[in-house]
Amino acid sequence: MKKTRLATVWLDGCAGCHMSILDIDEAILNVAARADVVYGPLVDAQEFPKAVDVTIIEGAISSQEDLEKVHAIRKRSKLIVSLGDCAVTANVPGMRNNIPPRKLLERIYIEGAQENKVIPSEGVPALLRQAVPVHQVVKVDLHVPGCPPPASAIAFVLGELLEGRVPNLTAKVKFG
Amino acid sequence: MPEKISIRIDGEYVAAQEGQTILEVARASGKYIPTLCWLESITPVGACRLCIVEVSGVNRLLPACTTPVQDGMSVTTHSEKLAAYRRIALEFLFTERNHQCAVCVSNNHCELQAMAQRLGVNSVRYAYTFPKLPVDVSHERFVLDHNRCILCTRCVRVCAEVEGAHVWDLSSRGIRSMVICDMSKPWGESRNCTNCGKCVQVCPTGALAEKGFAVEEMVKRDAKVTRLASRRGGHQ
Repeated sequence: MKKTRLATVWLDGCAGCHMSILDIDEAILNVAARADVVYGPLVDAQEFPKAVDVTIIEGAISSQEDLEKVHAIRKRSKLIVSLGDCAVTANVPGMRNNIPPRKLLERIYIEGAQENKVIPSEGVPALLRQAVPVHQVVKVDLHVPGCPPPASAIAFVLGELLEGRVPNLTAKVKFG
Repeated sequence: MPEKISIRIDGEYVAAQEGQTILEVARASGKYIPTLCWLESITPVGACRLCIVEVSGVNRLLPACTTPVQDGMSVTTHSEKLAAYRRIALEFLFTERNHQCAVCVSNNHCELQAMAQRLGVNSVRYAYTFPKLPVDVSHERFVLDHNRCILCTRCVRVCAEVEGAHVWDLSSRGIRSMVICDMSKPWGESRNCTNCGKCVQVCPTGALAEKGFAVEEMVKRDAKVTRLASRRGGHQ
């Protein structure tokens, strides 16, 4: 049987959702047997590969880089899963959304700094006006809320997707 | 004695009394209709629109909590159409304020969060408004966080009907509506508040909470307030 090409992406989130993917215990052996992880925080690939079957996105769309990445990901993925509240609702990254980015950066890097008071500009992507859920930018095929989603839900979702089914998550997951 | 009548709920004949609401009759016969703003023994207002039902012969959806039963009425409590509109109502509640469940005092004990799970709302299709809203921490013991408020007015009604203090009201209209204290004063400066905390206990979300609680720690006890209201005869 052909292995599923699986990618995981870490945008504006805390990595907790990726940690929870590892928290599915022995179910990860089934994932390893049936999927090739072609992209992710622990994979060497620099460029998001082509012809990915399932892409799991953690985090909100917060920066110019996130925005460009997610458009490329949509083009190259058959199915996109928003994993966790940041990807599904913007959650904590979205708490800055009623403060203009320039004010936010000044507050943190100028007013809040003891020394070296500069707003970083080199090597960091520009912030978008607001951090938004993934499905506000591109089509998302499955939403798995939770902060983080319980390991049992992640194991169920991965199990179903690797069997070629789209899981029904009604009442299995919640926000927060 | 109120007159005995008969209505049909989801095709089943049930006995009812004149003056009862559809919701009261449905609950008495073990039928579940989702509610958020409704509170036992307190005057219903039909604010959250989750309890909407179909009544045959009526071409709009009616809130079960405020619609009185009529003899021969036929009510549908669950259908695809109702599920779709209930979902929309719930999604709007999430978009209108900032509900970061993960960092809320009421996480895992919140009626809004639980309702989303129960109705299968895993994502919100409409753009969040991310409004800038104040948090009133001026009261010695309690906090009012407008970011979590769903304008159910349980606090308004319980304060007026059970405590008799009528500290809370709603100001403005539509999406600009806000719960206000003593005609718009910081809570800590209220001269009418008796510090009883009934509003906090009946608040379905983390909008009203006791101070000193961290994320997930605020567990509400609304049954204590509704029991008191019911012993006094409930809403008239």
